[in-house]
Amino acid sequence: MMRTKVAWFTLVVLAAGLLFAAVSLPFGSPAMSDMDDYFIAHGQEQTGANNIVTSIVFDFRAFDTLGEACVLFTAVFGVSVLFRLRKKEEDYEYE
Amino acid sequence: MSDSLSKIIRTTADVMFLFITVFGFYIVLHGHLTPGGGFQGGAVIATGFILLIVAYKLEDFLGWFQKKTFQSCEMSGLILFIGTALAAIPLGYLFFMNFLNGTGGLFGQAVPFGINPGFLNTAGTIPIMNIAVGIEVLGGLSIIILYMTSGIQSHEEGE
Repeated sequence: MMRTKVAWFTLVVLAAGLLFAAVSLPFGSPAMSDMDDYFIAHGQEQTGANNIVTSIVFDFRAFDTLGEACVLFTAVFGVSVLFRLRKKEEDYEYE
Repeated sequence: MSDSLSKIIRTTADVMFLFITVFGFYIVLHGHLTPGGGFQGGAVIATGFILLIVAYKLEDFLGWFQKKTFQSCEMSGLILFIGTALAAIPLGYLFFMNFLNGTGGLFGQAVPFGINPGFLNTAGTIPIMNIAVGIEVLGGLSIIILYMTSGIQSHEEGE
């Protein structure tokens, strides 16, 4: 009984603290916005793309996209190994 | 999974496949102008293929599209992506440099800065990478569902 009360008390205090922290954050005014301002001001000029998000994903941060493509490739490889068609116990067909 | 679904669903899948594919290619090709890009458009095209897999028998689908097609789609997309990134190095730029932007050739039309209606022939290597990633994602997601459907069917037949 005591443990339940302590657990509820901890949960309420934690939730209240986190909610207060989330509410008290200033919305729409990040502390450091130099990088964002640079992308918005020079993105179209330097990459030629109207879409700022695409200019970041495929030009400024293209290494991230390369990693994502490799992650997808590895996922497909894993699925192909997991779902391989097995004809007999010792005869594997990797198709 | 061994039976195809009813005729209504099959006809609807036939009609919707065309529109889904066209919409997906639109998203891929206009990735540098409108919201979207390679990943999103590739996922939309893969949805069209998955619709056909679900609506028809697996043998019917494998008669139209082979597994090798999707496998080579995925490989060639990744190779095109890395190749576009590597092609900047022999030309004297850095890895992943946007070397086609503003040169006047392929995807090299100069962009009027500021608000403009959006021209397809701009943005340098970004459309090429969008197309590469779109091909890779469409092959990858389709082949995942194809492998799983084949596994389910062989499991149902084999036991």
